Amino acid sequence: MTALDRFSLRLGGRPVLHEVSLRPEPGAMLALCGPNGAGKTSILRALAGLVPGAQVPEPRRVAYLAQNAQANWALTVEQIVTLGRIPHGDTASGPIDNALVRCGIEALRNARIDRISGGEARRAMLARVFATEPEMFLLDEPTADLDPAASHAILRLLRATAEAGAAVVVVLHAIELAAEYAHRVVLVDQGRIVADRSASGVLEEAAALFGMRAGSGPRLLPLP
Amino acid sequence: MTITLRLAFLLVLVAGISLLIGDGFVGPANALIVTQIRLPRTLLAVLIGGSLGLAGAVLQGALRNPLADPGLLGITPAASLGAMIAFYWGLASRFAPALPLGGLVGAGIGLSCLLGIGGRQLSGPSLILAGVALSALSGALMALGLTLAPNPFALAEITFWLLGGLEDRALSHVALAAPPILLGVALLLRLGPGLDALTLGEDTAASLGQPPARTLRRAAIGCALAAGASAAVAGGIGFVGLVVPHLLRPWLGQRPSALLLPSLLTGAILLTAADMLVRVAPLVLPVSAAPPLGVLTALLGAPFLVRIARRMTA
Repeated sequence: MTALDRFSLRLGGRPVLHEVSLRPEPGAMLALCGPNGAGKTSILRALAGLVPGAQVPEPRRVAYLAQNAQANWALTVEQIVTLGRIPHGDTASGPIDNALVRCGIEALRNARIDRISGGEARRAMLARVFATEPEMFLLDEPTADLDPAASHAILRLLRATAEAGAAVVVVLHAIELAAEYAHRVVLVDQGRIVADRSASGVLEEAAALFGMRAGSGPRLLPLP
Repeated sequence: MTITLRLAFLLVLVAGISLLIGDGFVGPANALIVTQIRLPRTLLAVLIGGSLGLAGAVLQGALRNPLADPGLLGITPAASLGAMIAFYWGLASRFAPALPLGGLVGAGIGLSCLLGIGGRQLSGPSLILAGVALSALSGALMALGLTLAPNPFALAEITFWLLGGLEDRALSHVALAAPPILLGVALLLRLGPGLDALTLGEDTAASLGQPPARTLRRAAIGCALAAGASAAVAGGIGFVGLVVPHLLRPWLGQRPSALLLPSLLTGAILLTAADMLVRVAPLVLPVSAAPPLGVLTALLGAPFLVRIARRMTA
């Protein structure tokens, strides 16, 4: 299973990751959180073997969902999900049907990806990852474009997938969702892992990193 | 599969009719005329049309760009330049196959330039830029060649050759072009999974075990073999590679791998049919000579492109 051991990365002369060590465990959902530009996506791409110097994992065992993944051609939802079988060299209907059902888009099977909503398209992209039936899921912002109810549904699904034995790594912006669903939260800042602990108790630390206090909403200014 | 079978049947039919049509004369002919004149012409139309259609479908998938066609890579002008050099050195007058051989050498040099400029980590934009650079360079050298033409007859002959056509090609041309074309076609037909994976972007393709640089390199090599050999024997025949995948998408959907074999068959059908039109044109139109095939495909292809553009904006 893929892992990072004191991995450093420079892109275009700029240091992006500094001696990052991370070993996602099977049976646990790990959330990568941190401010914009902290290096969350770079850590995920390094785990997926997509940056120079990173070990390339076996595509049948490790599946990756890119941030803002989009289809260049107007495939149907089923065709998108079938792409997840490319590493296996088959188009087995079992895993494809299963992925469509689990992501709640079986009704959209024959719909074209450019004619459904952004949230539905996002779920189709996620179903493509499920169709691979990997041992490790690497997901960059899987709940972007989703409404709150759909976000919770997808994160519940990912937690259940982890508890069924897979290693799940998600980049999440919403720290409260990470604290609620992940078994382990890793906080990233300026290319370093600054905290790595079980989800309970990470909220205050994360809030400090994001420059706010937990539980304090935005203060309303009194109208003149 | 049924559409593929129907296209294959149609291709056999069109190729059969093509054997019955001569230059300004329709009907069965002496066996010698059929085997020495009509057969090579029909075989070349099938081979070249098929390779251009397939190359167009592969390049549009690999570059994720609906405007891509074999001409974009600059292989066709490189092949034309090679043929022109062979022609100018007088090789072609002493040794007939020197012209297509020069074209093949030109396509080979063009491909090495393309892969050299594109670099080891070949990406879609770098391949397009390398192709544009190669096109511009070959085009400039060809223009230079035209201005330095040894005499007006040479200028007229090379210009006519550059327009593209299949008249007066012999079975020796088929023997010369078929091996690289078939090799290129075999390479391109195997790219389906790589092209499908690229639909979701280069990162996703790599994570699916289909590194984009590998897919692009194989697409470039296959297209150079297929389209380069085509240009070497038939000159520049445009629009087939660009138009064919667009014709098929409304029926077959947009999945790149689903378009490969149908694009090959449709390209072969269209070019064979266009070449039949070239032969019967003097019978039905008030023209003294047959229009060059490359001119005809451009004339027929341009309105199709306009229709595609209008459908895209609608």
